[in-house]
Formats: sequence, structure tokens, C-alpha cells
Amino acid sequence: MERRTLPGRLTWQRGEVVATEQETARAQSITLALPTWMGHRAGQHVDVRLTAEDGYQAERSYSIASPPEEQPRVTLTVERLDDGEVSPYLTDELRVGDKLELRGPIGGYFVWEASMGGPLLLVAGGSGIVPLMAMLRHRAAVGSTVATRLLYSSRSYADIIYRDELERLDEADQMLEVVHTLTRVQPPGWTDYHRRIDTDMLREVAWPSDQHPLMYICGPTPFVETAAASLVTLGHEPARIKTERFGPTGEA
Amino acid sequence: MMENKLDGNAAAGTLQAIFPFEMTLVQATCAGCGTTNALGATAAYMHGMGTIVRCPVCDTELIRVAHVKGRYFLDMRGVRVLQISAEA
Repeated sequence: MERRTLPGRLTWQRGEVVATEQETARAQSITLALPTWMGHRAGQHVDVRLTAEDGYQAERSYSIASPPEEQPRVTLTVERLDDGEVSPYLTDELRVGDKLELRGPIGGYFVWEASMGGPLLLVAGGSGIVPLMAMLRHRAAVGSTVATRLLYSSRSYADIIYRDELERLDEADQMLEVVHTLTRVQPPGWTDYHRRIDTDMLREVAWPSDQHPLMYICGPTPFVETAAASLVTLGHEPARIKTERFGPTGEA
Repeated sequence: MMENKLDGNAAAGTLQAIFPFEMTLVQATCAGCGTTNALGATAAYMHGMGTIVRCPVCDTELIRVAHVKGRYFLDMRGVRVLQISAEA
């Protein structure tokens, strides 16, 4: 791996919104132009800070959805939480041309880049797909052939973030397999899983432990803990399981 | 204020505003149980008052950090040793 310069203390920077895209009824992608962006790696996140007119500030962490190859443009995907302090503004009010204050990139732990190899297992719950999508987009952008499986749990078909892009990536790439589970509602003729992730499902989808896969799990805390415990039960080394949790009001 | 369990990745932005290093890979040795874990693998609890990073093995409070009126308050009594890679 190339030597990296020290990141230095993080400071706030301002980006301009250059595009927005509705991903699902609740999830919105926001693309920012960041003139002073130092570059990021797939899996990293940023902190976004909103300042009210009275000076009140709120900060939340959001994963980067775009691959490093698209910088200095950076795309975040934000899920709207109805009681959130930050996400409703980002999904409902923010417009192209607006400025947004953020700091990052943050994190070197929950990171995958093609040079790290595989096989790769990605397990996503809901908007936990976002940092894993950055990994898949990075993998595609550099033409990596690392054998990769994604197990993605959503409530319903309409809640699957990046659904069309995942289908295209899956069809175009023999070394990538995308498996969905829909936990609440399934469309007629649905042939993938239709329950919450459990040990039996991971036994079927995950790589055998003797292949020593790299594993990344992102989702709500209970989802992550269930998936990680199941993988350990199946004989995987805890040190190869990287997790990123977000809480009900964490808005990660 | 509701307690919100996340992981050390969520505390990294605040810590990296203080320390000029990539903080999720920093290794912390717990003063309670002696195990060493990457901060990214710890449990973090975000409160209105600040953030508490706990040992994933024994739940000892490793780091408490609050940012109040332009001042960081950092309580690290739960950390015996902090190993920081200078070549992140």
C-alpha cells in the first residue's frame, strides 16, 4: 500500500450541492463539489454540520456513497428520519447551488480498496448499503475481479436503495453476486430471501470460513450485531469482520 | 437525552478534530481488562453532552469527549496506552 501523508486535524469545509437524486421514498443522494477535498477511500464517512440562525449547531455522520475515482465530487446518500434534526433538511430542503458544511474523510477502519483483495462479503441493512456501495463502485471503477457477494436486507422492493445500479453491476460482472432479502413485503414472484438475516442465510450466502473472506457489515446496531455474531458462529475470524453501526437517531 | 449506541467510527470525527491522526485505526489498551482494540471496533455512545467510547470487551469507559463553548473536554482515564500509527 502506498504511504499516505498524515491526515492532520480535521477542519470544516464548505461544498456546493451540484446534484440531488431521489433514490427511494426516504433516501436521497446529494452530490457536492468540494474544492479542498483531500480524497477519500471507499467506506469512509463525513460529519455534516448544520447551523441555525440562532447559532444552534447539529452534527451527524453520513457515509460517502461515491467512489474515490469521482473526487473532488463526493456523493452522500441520506435516509430521512422523521424525527431527525438534520436528515429532513438534507432530504427535503437542500437544493442544487446550496452550500453544505462538512468535515472528512473520516475513518480508516471500515475501508476496502481493491488492493486489499478478497473474497469480499458485504452485508447491508437498509441505508447501511451506502458505504458498501462506495466499495462496489470503487471495485467497478478500477476493474477489480475480486470475488464479491453482497447480501442486502431491505423492508420492501421499493426500499432497495441503488436497486437498478446493483442489478446492472450484478449482470455485468461474473465475479459479483447480489442477493436481496425483503423483510416485510415481497413483490409477486420474488425468489430471493424474505426474512431477517440469520445464521442459516449467512451460511448459504457467505464464503466458507476456510476462504478467509474480508467481511463488512453496515446497518442498524441490532442488525450488525446479529450478522456479526452469526458470522463468528460460522467460524469466521472476528478480526476479519468490520462493522459500522448506526442507531435510530444516529443517521449514519 | 436518549443514549445512542454506535461504534467508534462515529466518534472519529470529533477525535480527529483534536488529534492529527486517522483515529479509527488507533489502538487503545483498556485500563479495565487490558485488551487492546482499534477505536473503530469500540462501542460509542452519543449523548447530547458528548460522546463516550467504551471497551467492546468489558464496557469500561475508555474515552469521554465533550465539546462545550469552544473547548474540548477529554477524559481518557480508561485508556492505559494509546498506540497511534504515525504512518496512517
